[in-house]
Amino acid sequence: MKIKSINLSSSNVRTRESRLGSITGYHGDLVDLTQQSRCGHVKNRERCFSQSSTCLSSCAISQLTRIMDVAVIYHTPAGCTAVAPGSTVIGEQLAVKVAKKYETVIIGSDMNEVDTIFGGLTSLREIILKTIDTYHPKALFIASSCVSGVIGEDIDGLVSDLKDELDIPIVAIHCEGFKSRIWASGFDIADHAVLQGIVKPPKEKRQVINFKNFYESHRQEITELFAEFGLETQFLYTNASVEDLSHISESVATVCICGTLGTYLGNALESLYGVPYIRTINPMGVIGYESWLREIGRVINKTDQVEAYIERERAIYLPQITELAKQLTGLRAVIGMGPGYTYEVARVLQELGIEVVWAAAWHYDRQHDNGQPPPAMDFLEKHAVNNFPMSVTDQQNFEVMNILKRHQPDLYFSRHPGSTVWAVKQGVAAVYVADEYMIFGYKGMISFAKTILDTVRNRSFEKNLAAHTAMPYTDWWYQQSIDALLEE
Amino acid sequence: MTKILDQPRYVCALGAMRTVQSIPGAIPILHSGPGCAEKLNNNAAGNSGHFSPNIFPCTSISEKEVVFGGNDKLKATIENALKVINAELFVVLTGCTSEIVGDRIEEISREFQQQGKPVVYVNTPGFKGNNILGHDWVLSGIFDQFLSKEKVAIEKGCVNLFAGPPLYDPYWLGNLRAIEQLLTKLGLKPNTIFGHGRGIANIKKIPAAELNILVSPWAGIQSVQLLHEKFGTPYLHYPVLPIGAFETSKFLRAVAIAAGISTAEAEKVIAASEAEYYYYIERYANTFLELRIMSKRFTVISDAQYSLAVTKFLTNDLGMFPTKQFITDDTPTERRPLIEDEFKKLNYGIEAEVEFSTNGYDIHEQIAKVDFSGIPLIFGSSYEKKLSNRLEGLYVNISYPMLEKLVINSSLAGYDGGLKLLEDIYTVGMSRLVL
Repeated sequence: MKIKSINLSSSNVRTRESRLGSITGYHGDLVDLTQQSRCGHVKNRERCFSQSSTCLSSCAISQLTRIMDVAVIYHTPAGCTAVAPGSTVIGEQLAVKVAKKYETVIIGSDMNEVDTIFGGLTSLREIILKTIDTYHPKALFIASSCVSGVIGEDIDGLVSDLKDELDIPIVAIHCEGFKSRIWASGFDIADHAVLQGIVKPPKEKRQVINFKNFYESHRQEITELFAEFGLETQFLYTNASVEDLSHISESVATVCICGTLGTYLGNALESLYGVPYIRTINPMGVIGYESWLREIGRVINKTDQVEAYIERERAIYLPQITELAKQLTGLRAVIGMGPGYTYEVARVLQELGIEVVWAAAWHYDRQHDNGQPPPAMDFLEKHAVNNFPMSVTDQQNFEVMNILKRHQPDLYFSRHPGSTVWAVKQGVAAVYVADEYMIFGYKGMISFAKTILDTVRNRSFEKNLAAHTAMPYTDWWYQQSIDALLEE
Repeated sequence: MTKILDQPRYVCALGAMRTVQSIPGAIPILHSGPGCAEKLNNNAAGNSGHFSPNIFPCTSISEKEVVFGGNDKLKATIENALKVINAELFVVLTGCTSEIVGDRIEEISREFQQQGKPVVYVNTPGFKGNNILGHDWVLSGIFDQFLSKEKVAIEKGCVNLFAGPPLYDPYWLGNLRAIEQLLTKLGLKPNTIFGHGRGIANIKKIPAAELNILVSPWAGIQSVQLLHEKFGTPYLHYPVLPIGAFETSKFLRAVAIAAGISTAEAEKVIAASEAEYYYYIERYANTFLELRIMSKRFTVISDAQYSLAVTKFLTNDLGMFPTKQFITDDTPTERRPLIEDEFKKLNYGIEAEVEFSTNGYDIHEQIAKVDFSGIPLIFGSSYEKKLSNRLEGLYVNISYPMLEKLVINSSLAGYDGGLKLLEDIYTVGMSRLVL
């Protein structure tokens, strides 16, 4: 199926708002949200007050800089390049796993006031050439910013000129922070750049599966899992080389740890090169893991092996999971995460007998790039044990605190830096679902359940901290309805 | 000349949101993109305090505001921030986009001021300067708009104290408290505005001081000068963060002169402090002298504050030798001569060569060629770890970015700060006894 919204001849990616009908403001419940989605339009509610959240450029650049031996040249004032130190340290720490040296760099043009008036393309060009001379990168990504976007710097023109002079891929990436409220658009921007500049059309089919994840903490487990089905794993993008990426059109399939992360690349590889994209719920919890494995088995024609694997693993792990679930049944939870996780974790919690009293997602994609609703929502619509309240909160902490105050759950599950601490200060235990493998497969489900148990059995930290701190919000705010500052 | 920012060791002016955040009771309102604060906050620990970036009200500029202007959004954000957040002072800070599209930030903020709301504004677009300049602009903006010009009664012995930029300098609060204690020993009553137990009341107290003390090579000089112009308060600009006995005693003498404290009183404090300091140095001198893998030479790649402070400490207290030193904080040109001059004032006529540079690659290549006559001792940021591994050196992370080390309230300033830095240096040395 050709997907019209994926157009490699343009350096610009359409935003999620326009491609996927994504929204950042909603207040309602599961039944209403899925019903509106089915009717083809979910109305976004703007906020008349917001707190600082995230920029799409962070997502774009953090994806691209996981690739080995590339340079991101960021045409922007010094603030945006604040992502560089963390990116470098993480890169070095992750590369240890594959015994490689991380040499990827982020170079800033440190735009100043004069550049905002006269433009900084001349120095940008010099910086690009100097970077090549210094680091000999295998590919270059030239990133725009709010400033270079607003003053209209012709980065596409510069890149197009340089393309002829250089013997390495050079790609313009448009990550002006103001262009989309949905920072996951940054994932699409990174994928688009990789597809535009690095991925080559297939020459042969290879027994390789593309596996998109973030920080590959379970690299070995995943490698062994797919080896069992006769496949080599190509991890994306962490620790992947430009050469590796040039071949991903030759793989037998693309799978992803998270649908929000993978929609653009997976759908594009399928649409452009016929590489099947496995679209299932995420491999979290028992239901998620098994659905995911079975679909992989179907696509790679290894259904029997997959079933044998499931049967073998179930015998080992299911009794343990059932035993743990008994102890967790009846707990009440609020979830606040990106949409790739909120609806997935809601399902997992229900598997463990935990009641979801509220699910807040940072944004909501009405559909993925294939025109279908996100599989996790589709699953919840059909199988959720109850209709629970939901909101799309764009990481708005004041809304989440209002939810927690009203519903007083036993636990708050979150997945974004800086979010757990506020729940804890308000006296609610928080579990930080940071690592994408935290609930992966049977073993992940067991350790996740044990973490929840440990959390509710020792509430000392939140009790201590809540007793010694005050919340930053006014009583007035806690008396308002949760959606009081969402416009109609 | 084209400036290349390779291995960025500072952020932009909006990064001074952390200066606001470090004043209890004050919160920034950002007229910026939704992710500016998160980015600027990326590399600093100690951010989940009463106000943190995900609490900061933010206009979250989108395409609509770029095209039609963000004045209405700013107004609504301030209005609602006053309702939703419990704070004593709201500081409106601008990002790049709102400045380029020309929003009426001053006018809107002044409207709230006229209604008696505790709102001030500071222009902090990223393209105008870095976070160290922004720190100074934020302080100046607050002092200028929040403090009235009316004369207040001067409090005997009260001195305002300012040091490194909060949450950028990893030791900002520990250092501030350590210097406060030193001043207290001299019989002064230091007034600071940052950290636990301080805040808006301390800002209000600023005009009552007899003297302002700025301990920093260049960060914060403009705001101290503003206080001089506005309230006539004299100031002591002491460019060297005092680490260890030599510099700390020198600092105390300078303060005594500026604050009118008798020499006898100051010398009494100095003698007692040095005696205690050298009690420890004596006991550990064998470690310093006999750890066989330590050479005598070191380099610092850091902001002006730590490049200068560590150079003074290791040269004047420990008898070590500076190789070439690097300053990576984009020190404004007019501030450089004073700093360069300080590097020439070391014991025994020793002078250290110093270079101002933002090109981390180039700095590393230069250091790779330095003759350390033994194992290189390298002070700097997270970036220097890789260099140190390459040169098989000993490495101590002392300044931003600091991503693999946690500093909560420890201090490098003063007599005890010198001992703390020695702990860090020799911990690294002792963990690698093989040449």
